[in-house]
Amino acid sequence: MDKSPVDLLASPSLASLLKSLKLKTKQQELLIRVSILCLVYVLAFITRLFSVLRYESMIHEFDPYFNYRVTQYLTQKGFYEFWNWFDSESWYPLGRIIGGTLYPGLMVTAALIYWILRFLRFAVHIREVCVLTAPFFASNTTLVAYFFGKELWDSGAGLVAAALIAICPGYISRSVAGSYDNEGVAIFALLLTFYLFVKAVNTGSLAWALASAFGYFYMVSAWGGYVFIINLIPLYVLVLLITGRYSMRLYVAYNSMYVLGMLLAMQIRFVGFQHVQSGEHMAAMGVFFLMQVFYFLDWVKYLLNDPKKFHTFLRITVTTAVGLGVIALGVGTASGYISPWTGRFYSLLDPTYAKDHIPIIASVSEHQPTAWSSFMFDFHILLLLFPAGLYFCFKRLSDATIFIVMYGLTSMYFAGVMVRLILVATPAVCLISAIAVSATIKNLTQLVRAKSKPNPVGPGKGTSSTKASAKGSPDQSMPFQRNGAIALLLGAFYLLTRYAIHCTWVTSEAYSSPSIVLAARGAHGNRVIFDDYREAYFWLRQNTPQDAKIMSWWDYGYQITAMGNRTVIVDNNTWNNTHIATVGRAMSSYEDEAYEIMRSLDVDYVLVVFGGVTGYSSDDINKFLWMVRIGGGVFPVIKEPDYLVNGEYRVDKGAAPKMLNCLMYKLSYYRFGELTTEYGKPPGYDRARGVEIGNKDIKLEHLEEAFTTSNWIIRIYKVKPPNNRW
Amino acid sequence: MGRSATTKDAQALFQSLRSAYAATPNTLKIIDLYIVFAVVTAVIQVVYMAIVGSFPFNSFLSGVLSCVGTAVLAVSLRIQVNKENKEFKDLPPERAFADFVLCNLVLHLVIMNFLG
Repeated sequence: MDKSPVDLLASPSLASLLKSLKLKTKQQELLIRVSILCLVYVLAFITRLFSVLRYESMIHEFDPYFNYRVTQYLTQKGFYEFWNWFDSESWYPLGRIIGGTLYPGLMVTAALIYWILRFLRFAVHIREVCVLTAPFFASNTTLVAYFFGKELWDSGAGLVAAALIAICPGYISRSVAGSYDNEGVAIFALLLTFYLFVKAVNTGSLAWALASAFGYFYMVSAWGGYVFIINLIPLYVLVLLITGRYSMRLYVAYNSMYVLGMLLAMQIRFVGFQHVQSGEHMAAMGVFFLMQVFYFLDWVKYLLNDPKKFHTFLRITVTTAVGLGVIALGVGTASGYISPWTGRFYSLLDPTYAKDHIPIIASVSEHQPTAWSSFMFDFHILLLLFPAGLYFCFKRLSDATIFIVMYGLTSMYFAGVMVRLILVATPAVCLISAIAVSATIKNLTQLVRAKSKPNPVGPGKGTSSTKASAKGSPDQSMPFQRNGAIALLLGAFYLLTRYAIHCTWVTSEAYSSPSIVLAARGAHGNRVIFDDYREAYFWLRQNTPQDAKIMSWWDYGYQITAMGNRTVIVDNNTWNNTHIATVGRAMSSYEDEAYEIMRSLDVDYVLVVFGGVTGYSSDDINKFLWMVRIGGGVFPVIKEPDYLVNGEYRVDKGAAPKMLNCLMYKLSYYRFGELTTEYGKPPGYDRARGVEIGNKDIKLEHLEEAFTTSNWIIRIYKVKPPNNRW
Repeated sequence: MGRSATTKDAQALFQSLRSAYAATPNTLKIIDLYIVFAVVTAVIQVVYMAIVGSFPFNSFLSGVLSCVGTAVLAVSLRIQVNKENKEFKDLPPERAFADFVLCNLVLHLVIMNFLG
């Protein structure tokens, strides 16, 4: 054989390499599995980088700006300062005790990553760490999904689950680079806790239960959604008890996890005693006591070995136990030790609750009930695979599959109630769908193989080959079986490819916009960037006094404090409804009344967001009715019908007189009547609402225009001092 | 009539329970004693709290949870080292004890932090 140098480099060396590495099938499988996992790990990270490529490495949206600001503080001042931080820049004049009113998990994680990188002499900026934290944790989630899938079904299902969750839009929506929010790490923690708990139930080992308690601790430190865990796990235990699947393993896993997890959770100051006092956590405690009773009964039954005596015993103990439990719960609730459920929890159980009782929860768009289309958008084929996966789970019921079924069903319900909870459902949907995909493809490939070989001996797979051969004999009669299997396989691959394409498209089109920089298509198809938000915040930072107080609607509070470095009246941590209502009242009053309120709040500048020039629809005029509702909820002077005409909300000539003269309207449309926004339309044509405004001649008495950004998206007004002469 | 039947039943129950328990191995009896001690301590603390008040609530909680946690972990240990339990046949008692010690260590470290 004569070899060219190229050959020497390429094929023979590769062949010899393979020969020298002549792996057994099992080892080959392991190699393939590990490399697939590595690829999925990388894929999950890079698919979330669209936003960095399109725009720049920046923090997105509203809440992440607060997290970013806190993280900066943490890295600069250290942990103790952070823990005791009283922030006087928000909620003026009340201020906010940051350390005691936030979930520190995300910030501490990012700061740790930052410190580790610094220690390894990588000179990174804290912003880059914050931007990339969510993708990094998404990658870790794929690993957890793999192990979870392996625990539930087999390693094939684990791999499929890892691949599905890596690109699932429902998860990407909250974990793209730059969305530095609690959910980014919380989904990882959630899945980790569930995985470790299922592992603990399967093995009955204290060590796994301890690990799952630590997972729970991390979850509690990261996100308020931990309430889901502390209610789902007891529910699961209860279901196992009712269906007669009680086992010693369950006892060990649940009780040690509950006690340790509860203790650890109480170390987070924001949660604190709530864990033993609030109604949301009582289910777990009830199940804990129930388990003790159950175990005790089981033990006595085992000791007695006599059904008749045991029944007597049961009668006595059950009546006393139930009586005691009811009395304890009654006394606890009556004496106020156990607080009632919070509004958000109620609105989860009863979707109409928030709409009637708490406008501030209902006003947030991500708390709205989910539209059918957004399910399709976020899950795509997983929505169809989910029931199939449920079928497979029911076919092979075990403690683990019952868990994932319960997780899937409950979270699907919650996802239907609130848009943002699609995120919680995503891991379950991915895992269950992965079971469906894996089981189907496995069956089909076995069919294909069984026909091609006379003796179906699956190499290294004892169980699967016996299954195949068992199936083989009755299937012999079916004609075109092999062709049918091939066609179905191709169909499955087609569907999965469509899924991948859809996910990439959604990620790039819908979920990668930072919403602080807006992009639109120009008349010639070119991209137009509106960077008005940052323009305005930097103007504030540069041109206003250090101690200026800015009044705006609460959505922009975090951004103003983080980017503008100025004090705000209200922000996105909506803890004080009255304070927000006061701002809402000021915005919806006439100018002179509003001036009184602003004087009493010591406001220096007012900031409004206005989309009439650019056609940006989520501006303050469109949010205005919520300001009216929230303001009216506390101050009955403000009445919603005053701002509507025949129940219709409008800003043109037919609008209600109060609407045309309230502060928000005036500030939004001040001097707008002089501007021609669109060719062929009269001046003062509002492009966001598509009408010509009703009040073009706006005079301001107590405020003056201070700054308007280049596309008019942000308008800042200075509150004048009171007149010093009559 | 019904009352006396119940007392009789209860007496017979108690007797058979006692005789059945006598057959338990000694190691398990020691664990049982430990569990009973922990539970009694917890009950004493709860009663004390009911009389005196729960003012340093974290101290009360850590005291009670220390006892409850110890009891639960000890019950778990008892389950795992019990030879009669088929579910834990392949778990060596040494491993079970190591897990128990580890969990207790975590439990009490956290409690020390929480004691305030």
